[in-house]
Amino acid sequence: MTDKGNLLEVRGLTKCYKGDVKALDNVSIDVRRGEFVTIIGASGAGKSTLLRCINRLIEPTTGTVAFDGREMTTLGKHDLRLARQRISMIFQHYNLVYRMTAIENVLHGRLGYKSTLAGALGLYSEDEKALAFKVLDQVGLSDFAYTRTDQLSGGQKQRVGIARALVQEPLLMLCDEPIASLDPKSSRTVMERLRWVADELNIACLVNLHQVDFALEFSDRIIGLAKGKKVFEGTPDEVNEEVVHEVYGDIDIEGLPGDRMVPTIVQADVAGGTAGASSTGVA
Amino acid sequence: MAARKLAPLGPNGGAEDSLAKTNAFFRKKTLVLFAMVVAFFVINGVSGAFVEFDFVSAAVDVPAGIVWMLSEFAPSASSLEYLDSIMPALGSTILASVASSCIAAVFSFILAVLGSRSVGIGGPMALIVRAIASIFRNIPVVAWALVLLFSFKQSEFTGFLALFLTSFGYLTRCFLETIDEMSTGPIEALRATGATYFQIVVQAVIPMSVTSVISWVLYMIETNIRDATLVGILTGTGIGFVFDVYYKSFRYDVAGLTLVTIVIVVIACETLSNYIRRRIM
Repeated sequence: MTDKGNLLEVRGLTKCYKGDVKALDNVSIDVRRGEFVTIIGASGAGKSTLLRCINRLIEPTTGTVAFDGREMTTLGKHDLRLARQRISMIFQHYNLVYRMTAIENVLHGRLGYKSTLAGALGLYSEDEKALAFKVLDQVGLSDFAYTRTDQLSGGQKQRVGIARALVQEPLLMLCDEPIASLDPKSSRTVMERLRWVADELNIACLVNLHQVDFALEFSDRIIGLAKGKKVFEGTPDEVNEEVVHEVYGDIDIEGLPGDRMVPTIVQADVAGGTAGASSTGVA
Repeated sequence: MAARKLAPLGPNGGAEDSLAKTNAFFRKKTLVLFAMVVAFFVINGVSGAFVEFDFVSAAVDVPAGIVWMLSEFAPSASSLEYLDSIMPALGSTILASVASSCIAAVFSFILAVLGSRSVGIGGPMALIVRAIASIFRNIPVVAWALVLLFSFKQSEFTGFLALFLTSFGYLTRCFLETIDEMSTGPIEALRATGATYFQIVVQAVIPMSVTSVISWVLYMIETNIRDATLVGILTGTGIGFVFDVYYKSFRYDVAGLTLVTIVIVVIACETLSNYIRRRIM
């Protein structure tokens, strides 16, 4: 636990989609154990691709990803499965199986540890069930264990997503726009939970965010992506108007640096979906 | 974003002009409608004359036909004695329909998962599955029955197989659509936890698609009970055969009774499946 060495070392990561379109261009980042790192950037800047290249939901074109001393990019199918045990992920749209109860969804986090048959049939051990109830309690949803997840509110759904991630006993949590679909109050609850995860459980969090204000408030370190390239890296204190301009392009920003009141203009981008970097001039 | 002041929609002062325009517009509409009605009768008359179809005499014949049908096919008191021979055949037809639908559903679901664009195994599989589904679906059940008669003779199995093959094609197609419409998010999430393909299918794909799969299977059972009557006439089995036998031996009242039982079963089946659908959705 005291080891503050790098948990994750990404070097020269590049992802090309068909032809020359580079979603990621030579990106290198480090994440220490228990560190809270936020990636900001416009839609289409490559934030989601970056996260998915780390656990290889997307295969990177070139570059290396060392996680907990193990090179991810060359792992075979079996070893990749083992490596994914310790990397969990939460999503903008929660990605729960809505026909199932909260506790069943949480236990899905254990599938990577189980034999194919035991996992498929949902034969979880007593310890695993106890752990599932514990993490559900940690996110404040112990009363909803047997509630079908389509009955829950957005914030509750995301907290089930966090519980599913925690039950993996991960070293790293990848969070892909965890609050982009939530109202401000639920957003704050979720961000506070994630910060707690990093501080108390010493689980590193790598978080994609649209909301610069939340990034400034919660992060240890902030990385700015624009058009697949890393254009900024530093502490929240180092983020100023110039940085935001570089990351998001031409938009009106008031109150930066100083009082840290970044207007929510960047959130308009959320609705833009995959519209690409060009959709940043929303103001 | 203040409300913009709307410009007037048209030039002012043209009220009389626009009234004349309106009248012309509606006169034209009436004329077009009139022309269409005339054209309909002319086309009808010409084509009717060509196939020697006389609308008037047909209209006169229809009530008489219905009266004859009702009087001949109405189940008589004596026909009720034949219920003993109708019911077992009806039972075997229902069971053949249920069995063919359910077994087809199992094979269809496996094939649909493997061939779906979202969770399939990729490669040429998607195309192969679609081709298979299309072939089995587009050959009518009657054609299957006639073809299979040569290989499997007149037996329950032939009828079952004919129903199975069409159901298989139809359900594969339906399940493909169902699975492809499903949100792929949970599948991605389970992949990220390190779950295997089989685990993902059982823990995510099946729970997410199960209600519409059940709904399709219920629909298939209904359809198969209807089709089984026709298939039975061809393969000499089940309720279709019973109907055929009494029909050809001029016991129209018993044939009519057979029809009534089929209608009752189909309606009951539809009601039941509607009820089940409401409960699971």
